[in-house]
Amino acid sequence: MLLIYCPYCEEERSELEFRQGGDAHIARPTNMTEMSDEDFEAFFFLRDNVKGLTFERWRHLNGCGRFFNAARDTVSDKFLTTYKAGLPRPDVSTLRPAASAPVETYEATESDAK
Amino acid sequence: MWPKQAWKHVYEPQIRAAAGLGVSPTEDDTDHYSSRYAHCDVLVIGAGLAGLSAALAAAKTGARVIICDEQPEVGGALHYDKSVTIDGLDGFTWAQATAANLKQMKNVKVLPRTTAFGYYAQNFVGLNERVTEHLAKPDKKLPRERLWQVRAKRVIIATGAIERHMVFANNDRPGIMLASAARTFLNHFGVAVGKKIGVYTANDSAYEAAFDLKRAGVTIAAIVDSREKPGEGVLAEARSLGIEVLTGHGVVTTSGNLRVSSMSVARNGGGAARKIAIDALLMSAGWTPSVHMFSQSRGKVAYDNETQRFLPGTYAQDCLSVGACNGTNDLQATIEESLAAGELMAQASGYSASQKLELQGSNAFSWSGGMAGAAEGAGPDTTVKAFIDFQNDVCAKDIRLAVREGMHSIEHIKRFTTNGMATDQGKLSNIHGLAIAAETLGREIPKVGLTTFRAPYTPVTFGTLINHARGELFDPTRKTPTHALEEAQGAVFEDVGQWKRAWYYARAGEDMHQAVNRECKTVRDVAGMFDASTLGKIEVVGPDAAQFLNLIYTNSWDTLKPGRCRYGIMLREDGFVYDDGVVGRLAEDRFHVTTTTGGAARVMNHMEDYLQTEFPHLNVWLTSATEQWAVIAVQGPKAREIIAPLVEGIDLSNEAFPHMSVREGKICGVPTRLFRMSFTGELGFEVNVPADFGPAVWEAIRAQAEPLGACAYGTETMHVLRAEKGYIIVGQDTDGTVTPDDASLGWAVGKKKPDFVGIRGLRRPDLVADGRKQLVGLLTKDPKVVLEEGAQIVADPNQTLPMTMIGHVTSAYWSENCGRSIALALVAGGKARIGETLYVPMPDKTIAVEVSDMVFFDKEGGRLHV
Ligand SMILES: [Zn+2]
Repeated sequence: MLLIYCPYCEEERSELEFRQGGDAHIARPTNMTEMSDEDFEAFFFLRDNVKGLTFERWRHLNGCGRFFNAARDTVSDKFLTTYKAGLPRPDVSTLRPAASAPVETYEATESDAK
Repeated sequence: MWPKQAWKHVYEPQIRAAAGLGVSPTEDDTDHYSSRYAHCDVLVIGAGLAGLSAALAAAKTGARVIICDEQPEVGGALHYDKSVTIDGLDGFTWAQATAANLKQMKNVKVLPRTTAFGYYAQNFVGLNERVTEHLAKPDKKLPRERLWQVRAKRVIIATGAIERHMVFANNDRPGIMLASAARTFLNHFGVAVGKKIGVYTANDSAYEAAFDLKRAGVTIAAIVDSREKPGEGVLAEARSLGIEVLTGHGVVTTSGNLRVSSMSVARNGGGAARKIAIDALLMSAGWTPSVHMFSQSRGKVAYDNETQRFLPGTYAQDCLSVGACNGTNDLQATIEESLAAGELMAQASGYSASQKLELQGSNAFSWSGGMAGAAEGAGPDTTVKAFIDFQNDVCAKDIRLAVREGMHSIEHIKRFTTNGMATDQGKLSNIHGLAIAAETLGREIPKVGLTTFRAPYTPVTFGTLINHARGELFDPTRKTPTHALEEAQGAVFEDVGQWKRAWYYARAGEDMHQAVNRECKTVRDVAGMFDASTLGKIEVVGPDAAQFLNLIYTNSWDTLKPGRCRYGIMLREDGFVYDDGVVGRLAEDRFHVTTTTGGAARVMNHMEDYLQTEFPHLNVWLTSATEQWAVIAVQGPKAREIIAPLVEGIDLSNEAFPHMSVREGKICGVPTRLFRMSFTGELGFEVNVPADFGPAVWEAIRAQAEPLGACAYGTETMHVLRAEKGYIIVGQDTDGTVTPDDASLGWAVGKKKPDFVGIRGLRRPDLVADGRKQLVGLLTKDPKVVLEEGAQIVADPNQTLPMTMIGHVTSAYWSENCGRSIALALVAGGKARIGETLYVPMPDKTIAVEVSDMVFFDKEGGRLHV
């Protein structure tokens, strides 16, 4: 069970209190009705499913109720930082060094075996 | 294998029985279990010499320490290693004294009989404490086992090492065991495992087992050592004790009925075997550092070529390994490493040591040696039964077969052979299996890779994991304020999500069908009262409340006057119906929103999401009010007559208080938000009162209703009545792919609105294409036949299989008021098919139906407006 730092409550709380809310920094277009089908598809349906650093939304559902954003490594599951909704995407270069050393995974042992 | 049917009933049961697979019990677990969360500065896993030393050093700084060990007593290897002394005390005595010392400290928790079974993210470790299993007459109040969920700032892993067996022919006879096991039997339990014992080893440690047994008066037949050069110290000691040592030899097989009776010993590389009579055989191929916890923490192990061991390499979490699990062999080195780790980890948690702790330890011999893989006589050219994994019945030859069959990854070899699976989790089998695989593949051991260590380290009962979450505590039960009254009045309840809802009210002699028919008739002929408290309720307040609702709903809210209500539809951004409900405007800046019962929580989340992240400029507050209000719907021609004597301050006349209005006033002397609205098609009111007043108001309304011939009705009747009127239920008549237009609700979509959630989705090509499934009514040709919900619909019942299905039944009931069956269905191009005959094929018959509009009763809707 992860501990997640809520930037509004300003403390780490148990993962049980939170709910993941999909990719962050996808703003709802203001010119919705003028969008092409392709643009709407890209906005609403298409997601990257990143292996590694990802920016995603979380809600402190059973806590303060606020939505916020997080930078998380999808391989190690580690949160690099969390920040309030509306703030810009944090500088990736300042986050990278905080990431842990390579973590043993099934893929890692597989590649070792080759 | 032929015949195919025999697989299920003959072959598979026999294979399963042969494999020794058990049968899961069907009885309830009569034991109870408990669960505890704990936070500490330093968690020490393992209470042998290393763990106790580390815990002591950490505890002395004042840090909060938890130390656990899977054994009933602390001590680890000190259980059997009699040669150890620590600070002048014999090792095991020192361990007990140290544990007693730790127990007295307020900042320390000592947990014996407690296995750390899983190491999860951010130093979250699961412990399983066996509380009463060992007691003859346990206190009934105590749990069988206790689950500890520990969050530690730092973790010290002191899990020791596990002795490996030798891999040789027929190494699975009873009486053949690990040397350390025999030594524990002798030194801890006072049991000699045989009278004439053989030893087969590739490692010095087994010698000490032979010495202890010899000194206890047991005959040691011989020590067979696969190495040419054992450690000098142990060799000299064996000589002085008069024990025969055969170096450079192997045990090539054993014999014995029921128990081992002899070992056949031959020089390495061949030659005649000598048969030696024994009644027990001790073995040791060396020690495997127990890196399970480290590996579960996602640390990366590294292979140490010199000692042929996997050791902790790169750490992924805030933990440290000490002692044998860290590859440290020397006794004093283990002590010093552990003391330093205890101090360091306490410091990292914010504590500091006032003085350096010191402990002096000594033991008889330092151990060297060890081997991995098949021993003499079990090599690649043989097909002997040389077991690697005793519980999964995997032999050396099985690994080789796996490689020959094309399994070249260790993960594939593991799954092909089941080596190291299940409860073993690589404890005994891993290194031997890997070495044999590496040899067969012609690769170095580290190039073959290690399988993943998974939780649990040893099996954990389902009871411990499930804990209190069973029976009524599995999921919360939500009851409405008037639940007890309804129960007393004969309600039978159904589960709707977590809610208990009155389904129907059975009177003496009535079955459900009769009760529902009576309730349906009574509501339309007289009136009925219905508990609608479970409806989701959200209070939307603020200067921008109407603007917010304009964005959330398809409807337009600017034109809604305070005191009036409107049926609203909410879409997802993709254009599909998400929820619906009646919204009342109480003031310019205040709306009382209702949602479906099941949708309450997610609609609230949906609204909060948009308000916080997309429309944060709007000045609006959302408050969930579902449980603040008890809601009693009074529906039917006599509804006004029933509530009128109870209501104060509200003109109930049709002119002053028309259909789809809301008023605030009093009922039975308590505040009410009184809605004039209807989900039955009848004159109707929904009485909202603060939840605590619900029971009193329910009883007061009942006292008015019953003399007039009205009755309480349940959700089944509600469903039938709304279907008679063609009112949809989101989630039953819609399935997440239905647009407002599909459901004949296009009128509720504001055509001139510049924006709302779903506005663009609605214009997607597929959503405006012809031939979409649309909601229509179905009338069976035989009015007595009630369709099945979910049944598929076809145009031509005589077409070849598989038939082209053009839709399905979403709602189907017997309508006592219509005197026939009614149904709603999603049918491709449905609105254009009205009047057409379609077919519903069922297993026993095909039912002919006529497509109709969705309203079966009071098509003009006049009854709403009386
Ligand atoms: Zn919060």
